[in-house]
Amino acid sequence: MANLEKYSYDVVIVGAGGAGLRAAVEARDAGLSVAIVCKSLFGKAHTVMAEGGAAASMGNVNDNDNWMVHFRDTMRGGKFLNHFRMAELHAKEAPDRIWELEMWGALFDRTSEGKISQRNFGGHEYPRLAHVGDRTGLELIRTMQQRIVALQQKDKRETGDAEKNLKVFAEVTITDILKENGKIAGAYGYRRETGEEILFEAPAVVIATGGVGKTFKITSNSWEGTGDGHALALKAGANLVDMEFLQFHPTGMVWPLSVKGILVTESVRGEGGILTNSLGERFMFKYIPDVFKDKYADNEAEADRWYIDQDNNRRPPELLPRDEVARAINTEVKAGRGTEHGGVFLDVSKRLSAEVIKKRLPSMWHQFYELAGVDITKEAMEVGPTCHYVMGGVEVEPDTAAAVGVDGLFAAGEVAGGMHGSNRLGGNSLTDLLVFGRRAGMGAVEYVKSHGKNPVSAATLEKAATRIAAPFTRTGGENAYSLHQELQEVTHNLVGIIRTGAELTQAIEKIADIRKRSANISVTGDRKFNPGFHLAFDLDNMLLVAESTAKSALLREESRGGHTRDDFPGMNSTWRQVNHISSFDRDKVIVKAQPLPVLPKELFDLFDVHELEKYMTPEEISKGGSN
Amino acid sequence: MARTLKLRIWRGDDKTGGLQDVTVEANHGEVVLDIIHRVQATQMGDLAVRWNCKAGKCGSCSMEINGKPRLACMTQVASYPEDETITITPLRAFPVIKDLVTDVSFNYKKAMEIPSVEMPPGMKPGEPRMQQIDVERSQEFRKCIECFLCQDTCHVIRDHEENKKSFAGPRFFIRIAELDMHPLDILRNRKKSAQEEHGLGMCNITKCCTEVCPEHIRITDNAIIPMKERVVDEKYDPLRWLGSKIRKREGML
Repeated sequence: MANLEKYSYDVVIVGAGGAGLRAAVEARDAGLSVAIVCKSLFGKAHTVMAEGGAAASMGNVNDNDNWMVHFRDTMRGGKFLNHFRMAELHAKEAPDRIWELEMWGALFDRTSEGKISQRNFGGHEYPRLAHVGDRTGLELIRTMQQRIVALQQKDKRETGDAEKNLKVFAEVTITDILKENGKIAGAYGYRRETGEEILFEAPAVVIATGGVGKTFKITSNSWEGTGDGHALALKAGANLVDMEFLQFHPTGMVWPLSVKGILVTESVRGEGGILTNSLGERFMFKYIPDVFKDKYADNEAEADRWYIDQDNNRRPPELLPRDEVARAINTEVKAGRGTEHGGVFLDVSKRLSAEVIKKRLPSMWHQFYELAGVDITKEAMEVGPTCHYVMGGVEVEPDTAAAVGVDGLFAAGEVAGGMHGSNRLGGNSLTDLLVFGRRAGMGAVEYVKSHGKNPVSAATLEKAATRIAAPFTRTGGENAYSLHQELQEVTHNLVGIIRTGAELTQAIEKIADIRKRSANISVTGDRKFNPGFHLAFDLDNMLLVAESTAKSALLREESRGGHTRDDFPGMNSTWRQVNHISSFDRDKVIVKAQPLPVLPKELFDLFDVHELEKYMTPEEISKGGSN
Repeated sequence: MARTLKLRIWRGDDKTGGLQDVTVEANHGEVVLDIIHRVQATQMGDLAVRWNCKAGKCGSCSMEINGKPRLACMTQVASYPEDETITITPLRAFPVIKDLVTDVSFNYKKAMEIPSVEMPPGMKPGEPRMQQIDVERSQEFRKCIECFLCQDTCHVIRDHEENKKSFAGPRFFIRIAELDMHPLDILRNRKKSAQEEHGLGMCNITKCCTEVCPEHIRITDNAIIPMKERVVDEKYDPLRWLGSKIRKREGML
């Protein structure tokens, strides 16, 4: 701690993906001083990986679209477990967030009228996804990054110092959110390059750390997806909501190894890609759930016609929501109709010409051709479920993104829970980042204006510093890499896409055992850019996340969205009224049931009551909403 | 099919260090980054390497493989002969922090020096109308994943630290070109400032940057050469400059 770097800001933002940067812009625009802290270099966040687009009901391609249709689609996708207010705010504000990006320099693909083009995507009733080829996430992160630079240039013109009130601390890991007198006081961590420790004093902290994919063996997530924000929030006294819900993207590459886990965007199916098993059967027709029978074609002829005439034909079943597709693939593989590497075939080469594929799916083509020698214009891909997104996350107040239970703490983006219910629609995450990133920024601004500085005490500092030094004080202890692999095996095999009570019970025991052993991790080498040291802290976060997920999954005795119980197949309307709330008692994660907020009448009335009957109990239907 | 791979990896920082020999298993279909991770997990727990998406989209795992600037996640082991020792070193144009990790802050400083996009006064969100053909030129440059391989290979700065002060490098020439060709941007003199403030004139179009670009952006042909040509035109023909700006505005409406 001798060389402790100390800073003081109004707001500290942990994470520099879409949500973190949007929150930073909002807070800086309101005149506050802001630190953005991220584990990678600036501009490398996992947001770059989003390919399909950003869902917003601008109505540029089909003017029947509006926020109410988008809201309905989002609730259906989430199987009505979404926090209605988050889904409502998201649907209402998404178009403004996209248009705003354009004013900051983003260049989306265009319609023939010169408006922002919008494409079809699974679960969205109308073409709704603003996109830039298949690199929409990169466009979003670069636009936000450049907006931050623009604000810094403005500060430089006005104050002579570009970083005076808005500074990016790249390659810094936050290990503790600090509190004094029950309120947020700052954040503590270390510089990855040097291992030296760093303190941020701030009355407000926004957590925007993204997801948890690295908890699992096969994942599309980058190394950063280690559930840091989830764990930091838990330890700071906040709650996680519905951590059992994880989205396994149905189409991750399973072969070759160099691309294992990498996601094949849903646009491949949107553009006409079909799924077949090892017998050559187009199997998705067998897996259309009753609730979707009127929207999806049950025969090849109609499905094929949809690409030409969308008004008079039902959609191909390859475009069903992700969990349905994932479950279908899993069933085919388990029944012995998978490929030799445990996947199924996804083929776009039969329907589209090589030129069209390269034009519409350029980075898909480029990526697989260069990385693995697979030419998607000529051959099928081998795909299977890969852990892609966590719906569960920090429990927040929808309007302000304030973490429930901790004054001064905010959370936005993938790390926040509630918005997507039990399953997220493709395209909703990019606009989620923008809508709730902005709201978290606004929430932090309001909070800072009414709360003064909250200095960090010496005792709190001491505790945080001791934790960082610990792995170096041990020798001959556990290897962080091996424990991480063990954890990934447990989650993949026992907490994966298809779950049972017995396996989850086993998982909870094994995770507890790994966590116990992780207290004895020792690190070789010194503090300077030492990945083994870094992993020791990331692993601690992943273990808490895995525990929360396994415990929540064990309690939920139904199958819904991103949670499938072999021993409890099918949705249960009673379970729809339940959120699972995880908290941390300094020793273990405790999961409790909490009633889901009731849909208000004006939102209830947006649905056909017969549709709601598929999800709600007769009592809920007869009440007709909350007021 | 597994094979045994011989590697030489740079260990050390900007003051001391050297190449270390390592033998490691490699499986079919693996890329160099997979191999580095295996070395980390089994032999060198503290081997420093930057990476992120492992999918060629974030531009973090830039390094030199057998002396060529490359993304480790996009370099297949199978592209090297069975008996070849693969040498892995950090980017040469930037100071080494540790092992394969370099200090690339130069690039972030240069990004700060380029004026941001400037929208027409009074334009409101949702109003812009642009044709696809007009946005495509800038979109090509916005594909950049900021891996900085072009910066690393550019001989103007690769072995000439003294040029860094006055030379932004290929990554930022495409940034300037992107803004210059942006249908909405109204800031004048971008090409001129590329020439006079960012060192465009020091580039002698050897196309090394284009060759290493993992996104296949035609940096030299589509950004650098057009800017060089037009900056000459404008110096002699102010009317032509005015014409280019008028056309740009038409695209916007």
